[in-house]
Amino acid sequence: MPRTDFGPPHYMEMLPPVIKRNYGRWKYHEILRPGVLKHVAESGEEIYSIRVGSPRLVSTDFIREVCDLADKYCDGYVRFTSRHNIEFLVTNKENIEPLIQEVRAKGWPVGGTGNCLSNMVHTQGWIHCHTPATDASGIVKAVMDELYEYFVEEKLPAKLRISLACCLNMCGAVHCSDIAILGVHRTPPRVDHELLAKVSEIPTVVASCPTGAIRPNPKLKSVEVNEERCMYCGNCFTMSPAMQIMDPENDGVSIWVGGKVSNARTAPMFSRLAIPYLPNNPPRWPEVVQAVKKLVEVWATHARKGERMGEWIERIGWETFFKLADIPFTDKHIDDFIFSVPTFRTTTQFRW
Amino acid sequence: MADSQTPRVDELEKGPWPSFVKEIKRAAEKHPAAGDLLRQLDLSYAEKVGHWKHGGIVGVRGYGGGVIGRYSDKPEEFPHVKEFHTMRVNQPSGWFYTTKALRELCDIWDKYGSGLTNFHGSTGDIILLGTTTENLQPCFDDLSDAGFDLGGSGGGLRTPSACVGPARCEFSCIDTLDVCHSLTLEFQDFLHRPQWPYKFKIKVAGCPNDCVASIARADFAIVGTWKGSIQIDQAAIAEYAQGGLDIQEEVVDKCPTRALAWDSERKELKLKVEDCVRCMHCINKMPKALRPGAQRGATLLVGGKATILKSAFLGWVIVPFMELKPPYTELKDLLRKIFDWWDENGKNRERIGELIYRVGMRTFLKAVGLPPAPQMVFRPRANPYVFWWPEEVKRNA
Repeated sequence: MPRTDFGPPHYMEMLPPVIKRNYGRWKYHEILRPGVLKHVAESGEEIYSIRVGSPRLVSTDFIREVCDLADKYCDGYVRFTSRHNIEFLVTNKENIEPLIQEVRAKGWPVGGTGNCLSNMVHTQGWIHCHTPATDASGIVKAVMDELYEYFVEEKLPAKLRISLACCLNMCGAVHCSDIAILGVHRTPPRVDHELLAKVSEIPTVVASCPTGAIRPNPKLKSVEVNEERCMYCGNCFTMSPAMQIMDPENDGVSIWVGGKVSNARTAPMFSRLAIPYLPNNPPRWPEVVQAVKKLVEVWATHARKGERMGEWIERIGWETFFKLADIPFTDKHIDDFIFSVPTFRTTTQFRW
Repeated sequence: MADSQTPRVDELEKGPWPSFVKEIKRAAEKHPAAGDLLRQLDLSYAEKVGHWKHGGIVGVRGYGGGVIGRYSDKPEEFPHVKEFHTMRVNQPSGWFYTTKALRELCDIWDKYGSGLTNFHGSTGDIILLGTTTENLQPCFDDLSDAGFDLGGSGGGLRTPSACVGPARCEFSCIDTLDVCHSLTLEFQDFLHRPQWPYKFKIKVAGCPNDCVASIARADFAIVGTWKGSIQIDQAAIAEYAQGGLDIQEEVVDKCPTRALAWDSERKELKLKVEDCVRCMHCINKMPKALRPGAQRGATLLVGGKATILKSAFLGWVIVPFMELKPPYTELKDLLRKIFDWWDENGKNRERIGELIYRVGMRTFLKAVGLPPAPQMVFRPRANPYVFWWPEEVKRNA
């Protein structure tokens, strides 16, 4: 029997000596250039962090390559960020340039700091999950290839956070990102009446529906779906394999904008619906990539210095946003769930 | 070039961003499971649909969570991913590693798994992606010897995570790494043996910049803050002005409460302390000149979650200020009260935020012994549907 309940390794064992010495006593930081941070401690000691983009889904050999570089330039220490980038922690200034050269030679990008696009927080998709309406890694790769320049250069009005979730369980950060890509279904589940009672708890399936579209059918020992009330969230499928909802012809992707989590200037905001549906078009998802690129460009063109996507839209008004972004406004954009009324415009203040 | 078995996903080897397809191919050189994974993915790209069977319940002895079972729905075609389970491994606070620890993990995973990983899962865990049921226990045994425990899954405490905090950030108002580690150890039983209505996530951010997105991605968010004035170094501010920063436009005009004033002649920044809401903007813009105040602690927020079932919630304030000093007794006591109340009152698969939404904040606050405060709301209610506790009114005979 192995030991249990011992938890993760203690973080102190994982910290570079310079960090242990200056723990909690950092004075200030600077971004020297995209991907390179300098932190100065009260003691005068410095640490340089070289931020490197990663596909998140990586092999053990990739991790070993990261270790090789960290051994060579960082005394054997490295960290990862909350957006899945790698940070090489360098104390010797002389090591910065050669490290960056080696990183670039491997085809890894240095960037993601300041007014950059950082890495995309994303999910499992068709690689490992059973409920996705789209893939994760594939779209992320296609989008990051297209927007690569914004990761390695600081040329946006403010920081840009793009995230993706392959279904509306929204694992990750799509509900709170500047731009979010979300896998969606558009057809109700098909109930397998033969299978359902064998593999499901019927009350759990009934209770899983946000709109009350599911009711038990005792005669069949199954459930029935009121299709007019179903908005295809797929939560009943999460509860029961007999509620298959995947539909290759109608599944796809929606695009959301204007979310943020930081409290700087404005309170945290939810992302809101911009484009209700784009098709799944693997391997490159051109419609999705172009839509995201256009949103980045329209924001970069019109926003003031320091204005996050959501702050920009709230200033100019959503009616202006839809006009500038050239996105048709549809009945899908108007909230009709339980918190809808506060999203309606209860004022005569608006722009033509 | 020979005909590829994976023509669609091969497209994703091109382009400047590092390719996950290349990573899967690298792993496939040692592990047939990675090769089958890529072929199954290529089929998904052709058919625009996933090929994993629903669910899967597997694990290791003594624990009720930490492993996500997964089975291919094309086991004849892709026999090496017939079983392809994920192990969640609890990351060290702040995702700091020695290369020695990482290499040990890689060796263990090459021995038992597909050679594929996620660094990291969204909640923070190291994700070991793809192994067989048979290999789970021996893999865990080796991980345990190497000092790595499993993370959380299912209806229990999930793996807490923290921003980089005092390890490398001058903004951090609390010891995020220590708070995270201490809570993870304190509540190991809740993490490994799911016993609650649903999942519960804790994230620790050192300041209101919230670099772990705790307000959106944790049921319980611990966000560093301070009382009293921002610490101001006027000489350093003058240097920013000389360096070309437009302090009026880029700092003062963006202050959400107009708490700042810039005297451009005297090169002096003035702060109305009582109006500052500690949004971090001015500190972010001038980190050499401005620092959080000296009296430090955390604001605690509850309820953050994604859509299912009743819409996405952002966490809301339940404790405006709590001092956080080891061993964090007050924080742990509050968490225990919240766990107990939720465990007792929550419906099956009801997140804590949804329970509070259903029964009301007043019920929650009373149950866990927190005093109501105006900092908990943007504005008071506008409807008159007010409940009173029986003891607050005189009953007619």
